Amino acid sequence: MATAEEVAKAAERRDVRDRWLLSAPALLVIFLAATGPLLIVLVYSFLTPGSYGDVKWQFSPEAWIAVFLERDIFDDTLSVAAAHVTIFLRSIKLSVVTTIATLALGFPTAYFMATRSEKTRDLWLFLITIPFWTNLLIRTFAVLQIIRNEGIINTILLKLGIISAPIQILYTDTAILIGMAYVYLPLMVLPIYASMEKLDFRLVEAGYDLYATRFQVLRRIIFPMVKPGVIAGSILVFIPALGAYVTPSVLGGGKNMMLSNLIELQFGQGRNWPLGSALSIAVMIIVMVALLAYVRNAGKSGVRHG
Amino acid sequence: MPDKPDRNAIEVVNVSKIFGSGEGQVAALDTVSVSIRENEFFTLLGPSGCGKTTLLRLIAGFDFPTAGEILLYGQDIAPLPPFKRPVNTVFQSYALFPHMTVADNIGFGLEMLGKPKAEIKARVAEMLKLVKMEALAGRRTSQISGGQQQRVALARALAPQPKVLLLDEPLSALDYKLRKEMQIELKRLQHETGITFIFVTHDQEEALTMSDRIAVMSSGKILQVGSPWDIYDKPAERFVADFIGETNFLTAAISGIGNGKARATLKSGTTIEATVAEGFQPKDNATVVVRPEHAKLTNSKGDLSGTVENVVYFGTDTHIHVQLDSGEDFTVRQQNTRSAGCGFERGDKVGILIGNDAAQVLKD
Repeated sequence: MATAEEVAKAAERRDVRDRWLLSAPALLVIFLAATGPLLIVLVYSFLTPGSYGDVKWQFSPEAWIAVFLERDIFDDTLSVAAAHVTIFLRSIKLSVVTTIATLALGFPTAYFMATRSEKTRDLWLFLITIPFWTNLLIRTFAVLQIIRNEGIINTILLKLGIISAPIQILYTDTAILIGMAYVYLPLMVLPIYASMEKLDFRLVEAGYDLYATRFQVLRRIIFPMVKPGVIAGSILVFIPALGAYVTPSVLGGGKNMMLSNLIELQFGQGRNWPLGSALSIAVMIIVMVALLAYVRNAGKSGVRHG
Repeated sequence: MPDKPDRNAIEVVNVSKIFGSGEGQVAALDTVSVSIRENEFFTLLGPSGCGKTTLLRLIAGFDFPTAGEILLYGQDIAPLPPFKRPVNTVFQSYALFPHMTVADNIGFGLEMLGKPKAEIKARVAEMLKLVKMEALAGRRTSQISGGQQQRVALARALAPQPKVLLLDEPLSALDYKLRKEMQIELKRLQHETGITFIFVTHDQEEALTMSDRIAVMSSGKILQVGSPWDIYDKPAERFVADFIGETNFLTAAISGIGNGKARATLKSGTTIEATVAEGFQPKDNATVVVRPEHAKLTNSKGDLSGTVENVVYFGTDTHIHVQLDSGEDFTVRQQNTRSAGCGFERGDKVGILIGNDAAQVLKD
């Protein structure tokens, strides 16, 4: 007869096996749809561009060099690719500002939602998800209607006589920023709300009781407790913002390129697939490094739950 | 007990608190008035939902009264936010900040008051010593036991030297032994700090053992305020008599009221002397209460007579339930001795003697 220890070990083995079996379909999809293509992109970035798109199966580091450097056509000397650097910096700047803007708007929203009664909370949660019902492109065009020169904002301001000529918002960085903040706001609100909902509001009362003003309670008690949500929200906004394609194309008018537009250009008109691949991987690396730094920094004084 | 000065720390004047609106309106407090003296251990006692925690929250400033005034040393604090009141709270759940150490928790109030760092440090050390937690100053609050959390919560609330300390059922989460220990600890702290304590509890034993004065509450009203002795021996109303300790209720005809005393003629025909609750209005059938330990069983004829229904052994004493000939129930508590049993058995015909000064006439 098996001892209790053997039975327990067998059960644990079964448990582990079942877990693998159950997650196998998901793992397969992840591999086929994400990891596989990523490997192809990585391989392409080290090949030579074909004349009409596609790649020639011939190793070349040229694409990687071209990510940040420019080779002079005549004497082959390398110099910094100013256009690429500008686009990288603009993308990072816009993504950071978008993250800050969504945080500034999303934090009070999440607080408001979490402090409602349990029934109304669900309603607010439902309202927050409504934008997801509509296609991203349509939502972006809706923003365009609001901010264009003949749009709602300019029309109202003109009619009221506050301005004499329409303010040019469309096709500027501001337009991209407004569009991205609008599109990504729910991604900031939801994780903060999830942390905030778990917050014990008696701690807030305890703060007030111990002479903390509203701002001090926010900074010293609420914020540290919902930090995991803030971190998650920032990541969820920053990553897609850095790779945003539709919003900058429509609202930026293709004039103010962001990284995704640059990458798209290489696969389309540029006919330089290896460079497009190298740029894509470069963006991924930037995101990963930024995230590691952010999480490590934020985690230092973060709350350990349990 | 030292003489309490007559100064009032807190005066609650005609305070009402109504939650909700329209149909769903609930009066958590209904025109409550009470004065709490400086330096006293004052307890709000009542069952859950009686409004005791609501009253505490109004004093703390977490809620605002619908009507009435709350005076702290004569100044109306009812409209002030909690962070402007020199009053601190020990929460039922302790509500310690989980992202701070024990020392940071205790120093939080002083820090918010903008005290200099050195002063905070000294005061935190003093508080840690007061609650005997010096060794755990650097721990996170999630790493200490319930009893230790309780001490930290106390130290945190005492550190800013509040004029009044509010305690919201702080011992309810502790096990029996620890609770007994903390009861003594709380009395010691109150004595050492000289701060007015307002203590909320539903535990009548806790209230009796710890308080200088008790206010018994029910359904948003204060029914009686008095010393533990007053509350226990001279309850004014049926609810108070019933809620605190065990008691026997007898119907009686009252005559010869005077000087706080009267003659009560019980259903058995016997007349006994009784004290009368303040505000008693003469009526045909009043209720008289007698505590089980103030009556004695006898084999001969007593003031009341009946049949033993049940004998329950409790270790220190025995409860003997008697069905009176009048149909009423009566319980007698008899001190146990080691040598003999209680001497009565189920079915015995017995008499009950009610001691002198054992009966109280209720006003309702």
